[in-house]
Amino acid sequence: MYYGPGLCGKTTNLQYIYTRTSPQAKGKMISLATETERTLFFDFLPLSLGEIRGFKTRFHLYTVPGQVFYDASRKLILKGVDGVVFVADSQIERMEANMESLENLRYNLQEQGYDLDRIPWVIQYNKRDLPSVASVEELRSLLNPTGAVPDFEATATSGGGVFDSLKAVAKLVLTELKRGGK
Amino acid sequence: MGDPQMVMYEEEFNQIQVVCERLIRDANALVVFIVDKNGQLIAAAGEHEHLDTTSLASLTAGNIAATGGMAKLLKEKEFTTQFHEGEHQNIHIQIVGQRVILVVIFDERSSLGLVRLRVRKANEDLNRIFESLLKKVQDPSTGSPFAEITDDDIDNLFND
Repeated sequence: MYYGPGLCGKTTNLQYIYTRTSPQAKGKMISLATETERTLFFDFLPLSLGEIRGFKTRFHLYTVPGQVFYDASRKLILKGVDGVVFVADSQIERMEANMESLENLRYNLQEQGYDLDRIPWVIQYNKRDLPSVASVEELRSLLNPTGAVPDFEATATSGGGVFDSLKAVAKLVLTELKRGGK
Repeated sequence: MGDPQMVMYEEEFNQIQVVCERLIRDANALVVFIVDKNGQLIAAAGEHEHLDTTSLASLTAGNIAATGGMAKLLKEKEFTTQFHEGEHQNIHIQIVGQRVILVVIFDERSSLGLVRLRVRKANEDLNRIFESLLKKVQDPSTGSPFAEITDDDIDNLFND
């Protein structure tokens, strides 16, 4: 599940993954978006990552709509979530939106009976290529103060860090599944 | 946490498949499939080879989630049935046992009345199968099928 404030690059992450995976490993990418390409409900991308001891691993990647007023839809998509990539917008002027979105994630998860501290999740500091970005230290101090969450720098438009984030969360999800996921 | 992970065993899978095949015949339907509420396809029967069932499964679950959200706003428990009418094909969606979703696609060779009638019977059968499956999964003596997977196995998946 890709979560984060509006226009932070969640859909761009999925689009990059879609363009860079072999046709046999992926299904069709679905975007339920408005005419101006803002996500209305979700984007969906099914992805196979290979086999472990004869078990095929298949992931379903979803994004949530980032805009604040789509909260009702956002909550629905969190039902049954196995892991989260929180995509933060590195631009200084989006710092408040990042923090608000992270709080919203924690709150919405709680409503579905999940605890953010107990589910697999990673943070992606996106848009590192833009000029007015906060330093990673600043972002970390606000969004990952204990440093306990694996975090990655990324530029989703050109793909930097996209697969690092995906692999990290996929690995955490599989480890959780092996442990029993309870 | 939310619902526990669903583990499907061969015995129940075969029973579910039988119910789907029968529903195809009894309801004169084109395609029948079963999806869990998270959007994972569980079983499919009928002429589904040309269909993108993975996407259909995900969208069905999204649809059910959105309808469930509307029900909650109206202080209803859930809306158990949905019907979408197209020019040539129609979709009937039914929640089974609050856990899985039964989808029937049919055309003018069948009718909504017939589909509803046959879905009711299939609903009862599926409910029974999923009840017994749930008991099996919750039985503490049934170990996790993934218990033998090591951390190295998981690491190896990502070494490229």
